[in-house]
Parts: sequence; C-alpha cells; structure tokens
Amino acid sequence: MPTLYDKIWADHLIGEREDGQSLLYIDLQLLHEVTSPQAFAGLGEAGRVLWRKEANLATPDHNVPTDNRAAGIDGIADPVAREQVVALDDNCRRHGVRQFGMLDPRQGIVHVMGPEQGATQPGMTIVCGDSHTSTHGAFGALAQGIGTSEVEHVMATQCLAQSKARNMAVQVNGELPAGVYAKDLALALIGSIGTAGATGHTIEYQGEAVRGLSMEGRMTLCNLSIEAGARAGLVAVDDTTLDYLKGRPLAPSGSEWQAAESHWQALVSDADAEFDSTVNLDAVALTPQVTWGTSPEMVAGIEEATPNPCRAADPTEADGVERALAYMGLAADQPIADIRLDRVFIGSCTNARLEDLRVAARIVAGKRVAASVKQALVVPGSGLVKQAAEAEGLADTFTAAGFEWRAPGCSMCLAMNPDKLLPGEHCASTSNRNFEGRQGHRGRTHLVSPAMAAAAAVAGRFVDVRDWL
Amino acid sequence: MKAFQRETGLAAPLDRANVDTDQIIPKQFLKSIKRTGFGDNLFDAWRFLDEGDIGLTPNERRLNHRFVLNQPRYQEAGVLLARRNFGCGSSREHAVWALLEYGFFAVIAPSFADIFFENCFKNGLLPIRLDEAVVDDLFERAQGDGGLELTIDLETLQIQLPDGGEIAFEVPPGNRRKLLEGLDDIGLTLAQADRIRTFEASYYQRHPWLKRGAGADEETAP
Ligand code: SF4
Repeated sequence: MPTLYDKIWADHLIGEREDGQSLLYIDLQLLHEVTSPQAFAGLGEAGRVLWRKEANLATPDHNVPTDNRAAGIDGIADPVAREQVVALDDNCRRHGVRQFGMLDPRQGIVHVMGPEQGATQPGMTIVCGDSHTSTHGAFGALAQGIGTSEVEHVMATQCLAQSKARNMAVQVNGELPAGVYAKDLALALIGSIGTAGATGHTIEYQGEAVRGLSMEGRMTLCNLSIEAGARAGLVAVDDTTLDYLKGRPLAPSGSEWQAAESHWQALVSDADAEFDSTVNLDAVALTPQVTWGTSPEMVAGIEEATPNPCRAADPTEADGVERALAYMGLAADQPIADIRLDRVFIGSCTNARLEDLRVAARIVAGKRVAASVKQALVVPGSGLVKQAAEAEGLADTFTAAGFEWRAPGCSMCLAMNPDKLLPGEHCASTSNRNFEGRQGHRGRTHLVSPAMAAAAAVAGRFVDVRDWL
Repeated sequence: MKAFQRETGLAAPLDRANVDTDQIIPKQFLKSIKRTGFGDNLFDAWRFLDEGDIGLTPNERRLNHRFVLNQPRYQEAGVLLARRNFGCGSSREHAVWALLEYGFFAVIAPSFADIFFENCFKNGLLPIRLDEAVVDDLFERAQGDGGLELTIDLETLQIQLPDGGEIAFEVPPGNRRKLLEGLDDIGLTLAQADRIRTFEASYYQRHPWLKRGAGADEETAP
C-alpha cells in the first residue's frame, strides 16, 4: 500500500512525457540569487514566460554580507556578488516574482524563510535550486533540490520531468537522550549508511524519536537527507506540524484551513506501506556527534577518536581516510576531544532557527568564549529569527559571552560572502558540509549540533555537552 | 543543447571517491550570472596551489603539477574516470558546465549522486555507470603506459577500447533520446501544455487553498 511519498507523487502526477519521463506538478519554487540568474536568462532568450508566477517566492541569501546591512545592496562590497543580488532584484521585478529583498525583515535563508512564512505546507511539491531543499520535507511536503536547467524548466512549465525514486524508511526507536539532538541523529545516520546510502531514494523518517522532535528538529533532520544521498526526506503530518503552521502568514485560514487540514491528515504512509529498504536506529544509544573528516559520513561520537586507515574496509576507503586526516591536520586514533578550534559558526539552514539559538544560548549564558578562539559567530536564519532572538534576550547572551551577532544569510556555511575560514583553521560549525574548502580555502570544518558548537566555543576544544546540561 | 552520438577521447583517471561539486567548482566562482567561464576553474583547489577567484586566468596561477589533470599525458582528455558517488553535495549545475567547458564529454564512475546525474543530461555531458570492477580495470589501463583512448557510442550503448574490446553501458532511455537528438527539455514538456492546464484545473478544485500561491502579490491579499 502507498507510502507518504507514493501519495504525494500520485497527487501531482500529470502523466508521462513522450520520452518516458514523468511530469510532476510543482506547487512552489523558491528562488535565490546564485542558481536563478542563468534560468531567468534562459527563459528570456527562448522568449518564454513564467507559467505561474505566484508559485515562485524569492529571497537573496548565499551572497549577502552579514554585517553593514542597513546599506542594503550598496553595502555588498564584492562587485560580483552584488551583481547577482541586483540580478535577482531585476529578474523578480521584470517577471513579477514576489521577493523578500535584503531590507525586508522576512529575508533569510530560503529554507528558513519558507517554513516560517507558512509557504511550505504539507502535501506540496517544492523545488529550489539548492540541494538542502530537502529541509521542507519536515512538513510532509515532497521537497527537492534541482539544478539550474530544472529551475528554468519549472519556471516555464510548472512541472518537473523526472523518474520516481524508491522508498526508504529510517526508523528511529526510543527517545533521544538529553544533550543529543536532531543534528546528532542525522550525522549518526549518515555515518552509518554513508553519503551515498540513500541515493535514488526518498527517505521517510519514522519512529518515536522522530515523532518527538519539534518542527525545527524535523527540519534539521530532513535538511541533512541530501548528505545521505537522498534528494528528499519526509516526516508524516501530525499535530506538531499543524500547530506550527496555524496562523503563519501564508498558511490557509478559516474554511480553507479546514479543507487543507482534512487533506493533510491523510499525509501519512499506510500502516502496511512497503518500503524498498529500511534502516533502524536506536535513539537511546546515540551520543553527540562530531565530523573529523571532509565528508559528512566521516563522523564520530564525542567520546571516540579519529579512525585509522589500517582498519579501513578497502583501499578506496583507506585512501579516503588518509587524505581526509591529512587535509584536516589530524592524526589517526586521535581523540575527538583533543581537537582545538579557531572559529565557531552557529548558523545555516540546518541550525539557525530560534530553537537552535535558544539551545546554544543556554549553554553559553554567563560564560565566555575561550581566548584561543579567534571568532565565534551567530548568524540567525532569517530577519524574523533575529528579531525574536533579540526580543528574548538571546542576542545579549551571545554578545555578553563574546560571540558576534550578525544579520541573516548563509554566511560561513559556504563562504561565498566575507565570512570565511583562513587556511588551516578548525571550525566547529552547525552547518551541513565539511567538504574541503567549503568554509574557506583550506579551511577545516567540524559539523556539530548548536549545543556542541556553543560548548566548544567556551572550552576552545570539543567537549561533551551532556556534561554541561 | 548539442547532440551527442559518438565521441572519442583520452581518459583521465581521478582516483578519489565522493568527489563533491564544491571540489568540481568551488563556491567563489558561483557568483557569475552566466553559464560560461567555468572551465578554467574546474577542480580549482586541486589544480592550483593558490586560491583562485573570478577573473584570474590560469596563466596567472601557480599550477599543482602533482594533480592528475595537470600531467602532460592527460592534456586534451575527453573522458573523466572517477570513483564512487561522483558529484555529491551541492546541486550547482556549474559543476557540469565546468566539466564540459574544460573539454570532458563523458564521466565514467561506479555511481553518481542523483542531482549531478540529472544535471549532466540537461547539458549534453554523458554520465556512465559501470561496475566497480570494470572501472578498476579502466583506471589501470588509463594509468598505464600510453594511456587509454575510449570511443563512446550512445547510439549502440557501447564503449570501444583500443584493443578492440567493448563495454556495454546503460542510460535511462528518455535521457538517451534527448542527448542523441539534442532535444530541448522545456520544449518537450511544453508540447504537453494542454495536459498541464487540464491537470491544473482539477488540481485546484481538489486543493482550493493552494490556488492563490505563496508568491501572490501582497497588495491583493484579502
Ligand atoms: S545555509 Fe548553506 S546549505 Fe543552507 S542554503 Fe545556504 S549555503 Fe546552502
């Protein structure tokens, strides 16, 4: 019987194209400045128009600087980055696309902004030219990252031409222990199945630990689906989903809410649904995770050590471990708790929502960032997260502890803007990719939860945050 | 899009697994608003010893002579041999544009990441999945004396080896046709415009709360 993915697929399936690809109807396309300019240009060159302009919503995030924001676009020092943000502005104006521009309080990382506005709704198909679009699956929406050609295709046709993926269930039994978060769960999963473990699949996260997560936690979990190889991750709709959505600016209201709600409540996999594969994880056994290498699957528990290439399963893996340790400036069998940090970054579409900032602020309250840490950044995921955090006093807690409090954007997650690592620096980061150079040329990224990043900032090295609660 | 029927080229062996799109084209080059100009910065952090930025030409850079693509014997290569999970990470199509512009027409690997795999077909780059053992063998030959020249025939779905041997491969049929004929993907879909409209009419009847759209003008909000 159908899974949740099967149901959403069937609800949006228009039929097959003559080349055998399925045409899937798309409800919402999110746009940002980096992967949309070529798509807008292509559309113009072919003399085509947007099929349904109100299905698109844009905001700049990747390139925007996180300080000097009052100046808006003029405050972007890098002329090439500025050109992209200007191009997004121009394209949105020309094509009638709604945009939350740089000075709008609703501006933010697309994957924070969409859910926060209630634009992301259960049962929808959502695309964006960004692989972490999987985030929106937390709402029981089929959300996928696409390439620029596909962005243009959706602009022109409101459809995606693709083949259906297989179904994978990730069943997380038991409850997460204190000090262990959705981020740790996701990293542990990637560590166990690998970065290609879910290639060709849509993951549905199930089980007590997943049901127990807030929407923020579910978004963190779904966000990292792509790091396990899956284009999309899903969590079935329940009261947590509905409670989060109710009253959001773009969510339905009144009688429309009732109609939507009765549709949404059916957005769960049938009890006897068949999955092509199932992965079981025991939440109770999970510990805080830290990546030691250059791929999210290179991860260990805080109480563990880096691996030794001698123990690798095959030569390709041994080579990968050796190369990663060399890049990271770490030895084999080195305890994770020995790793010292130069910078700390709390932000990104994985972990820059209000709940993340609350958890981190609780850890640093009344403490100081270690003198050996050159910079500790907190970058809220959106203007509204920033406002809320300031109103709650979180911003003051961070600045009193020696953190820099910034304006929303992707920031040091990918270093396309002025926030970046210098060669050789180690960073505790709440983002999602520890690839070589991701946070700056020859920079060294360790992915962790916001709580672990906060504790690391204070200690100057990785510590077990469970001892700090 | 340029059609792809049959191409011949030298294979360059990139011997590492999980090559992500951040490596294929680092983020600082994504600031361009064009589809071209990425070839000079393919594998930038591996090909060069200094940090690159938009506008710097390869002549102004310090080459990493140890990187495989910089070895004289692999200049002019047309096929990239790679290891498992090639193209993982970011969805950036710039990775495919960079590979094409550098001169590759095909990538052979035991497995590819999904988004990268799709992006290839949108641009005329042919990704070929082969068994790990077969890829191992190709690596050995490409690294051996004289290198390895491959002819890839998309019509017959065969790779021809210099010794006369052949390797069969598969490509999703829809993608194969698109590549063979150089078809415009959007045109193919727009041929179904009536069907899409019919679908929409019934879709919004079933889901009336979605009709307005998240991007509807605020001014017209009720
Ligand atoms: S925060 Fe990082 S991962 Fe998320 S959209 Fe921005 S660059 Fe991509």
